[in-house]
Amino acid sequence: MTEFLQQAINALSLGSIYALIALGYTMVYGIIKLINFAHGEIYMIGAFVGYWTMSVFHLGVFEAILAAMIVCTVLGVLIERVAYRPLRRSTRLASLITAIGMSLLLQYTMMYFVGADPRAYPALPDYMNASFSLGGVVVKSQQLVIIGISVLLMILLQFVVKTTKMGKAMRAVSQDPEAAQLMGISVDRTISFTFAIGSALAGAAGVLVGIYYNSINPLMGIMPGLKAFVAAVFGGIGIIPGALIGAFVIGGAETAVSALGYSLFRDGVVFAILIAILIVKPTGLLGKNVREKV
Amino acid sequence: MSLLSVNDLTRNFGGLTAVSRANLHVDEGELVGLIGPNGAGKTTLFNVLTGVYPPSSGTIELNVDGTTTSIGGKRPNAICRAGVGRTFQNIRLFKDLTVLDNVRIAMQQNIPYSLLAAFTHAGTFGGKEQQIRDESEQLLAVMGLADKADELSRNLSYGDQRHLEIARALAVRPKLLLLDEPAAGMNPNETRDLTDLISQLRRDFGLTVVLIEHDMSLVMRICERIYVLDHGSIISEGTPEHVRNDPLVIEAYLGEEAPNA
Repeated sequence: MTEFLQQAINALSLGSIYALIALGYTMVYGIIKLINFAHGEIYMIGAFVGYWTMSVFHLGVFEAILAAMIVCTVLGVLIERVAYRPLRRSTRLASLITAIGMSLLLQYTMMYFVGADPRAYPALPDYMNASFSLGGVVVKSQQLVIIGISVLLMILLQFVVKTTKMGKAMRAVSQDPEAAQLMGISVDRTISFTFAIGSALAGAAGVLVGIYYNSINPLMGIMPGLKAFVAAVFGGIGIIPGALIGAFVIGGAETAVSALGYSLFRDGVVFAILIAILIVKPTGLLGKNVREKV
Repeated sequence: MSLLSVNDLTRNFGGLTAVSRANLHVDEGELVGLIGPNGAGKTTLFNVLTGVYPPSSGTIELNVDGTTTSIGGKRPNAICRAGVGRTFQNIRLFKDLTVLDNVRIAMQQNIPYSLLAAFTHAGTFGGKEQQIRDESEQLLAVMGLADKADELSRNLSYGDQRHLEIARALAVRPKLLLLDEPAAGMNPNETRDLTDLISQLRRDFGLTVVLIEHDMSLVMRICERIYVLDHGSIISEGTPEHVRNDPLVIEAYLGEEAPNA
């Protein structure tokens, strides 16, 4: 039982990081039907921005998260502007290929500037390294910080999407961009806003992963990016609560496989889940069957 | 000066001229009908007026409160804010949103607040959101949808969906309301109710209305002036009485009279 609770804590920390990345995938897909493969790279750059904030400017963890979120917001909006907006009226395949190109461009541009070697994250203040035992379960305070920040950001996101004007505009654009535009909503601004929020969440996730795994490199975005994508597909891509469920399922499965001693299969099991869901319910857990209109 | 002036408006799709050198004007407070056989270019004209397609040539001017803006070729959202609201021939609601949200989305464009205010809850946000909500609910009450505010709009009956479209178009507070076949698919009773509703809305909201309609009972009853479109050109204009007796119109609808009939 203790072991189970211990692993549950680990699964929650990992799942909440995946959730932050998966939300960006799913929101962007929901609004322009594009799988933004460069999303994992935004997360990677977030991790580096956090690294520099702490090591060069000697600021704390929370300032690092904030800085990463701001830089990633700008970056996300910029990527949409230069890479995806000009292609909005062309085929979906064109944008998809552009997304993959953008992803490679960011990976290797970063590698050119910072080198391919992994870097250790700066030492954390003591309160982040503390751990305490709750009835035999060892909880690290950084895990609590990760879970706490993720939950806080998800609540903020829920608030923005459900109650503010921009959130309502996002939902309107995702259902019928043309009708939304005829009701006075600027589609361009709404899409930029979606990229901004998604990228900010990814930036925060980057710093949290740096804290959790203590190692960052320019290719670190590939695997978590793919796994977050699997999480989004699992829950039903385009559906925000679905991405959360998917992320925690993926985080849980990965943790469980490692705990059982098969950590070599950790990545494999995630993609096995992807294959399984695509066979059993291709629209994802919460997805509905939408017939294409002819 | 007319509220809406359209001069020599043409719209081509490849080799097809959907609207050809159309001239029309609508004065403030008027209720104008736009009729014509299928494929005459009526909906295309609406689409150009609302910015879905830019005009190939010609100008569109909107004169609100003494200032004239050229809206030809502007983006739909800009034209909407300039004061043009519309409904669609085939209903285009946000189907997975509630009835209230459909109206709120259109309404909120008029009631600005900043994102910062939303995050900090400083002063304006709560009040503004409440204002958007209240006014949306009032509008739903006018359209007889108050008790369905929390339903998903896809679950509404066909007639209610048509009403909700009008409510949503009114929520942008238009000066000029374009109704694209508001009575399509309605039975004679519903059409009569709708006719009364349109007259009432026009009075209460001080609207200028242009409507496309195939139901002649509705058109002849409430329109003060009618434009007839055929093959993209305006072939007749005038009072319902005049248009009804215009040989060109009869020909467009029924074909040419046989010479020896």
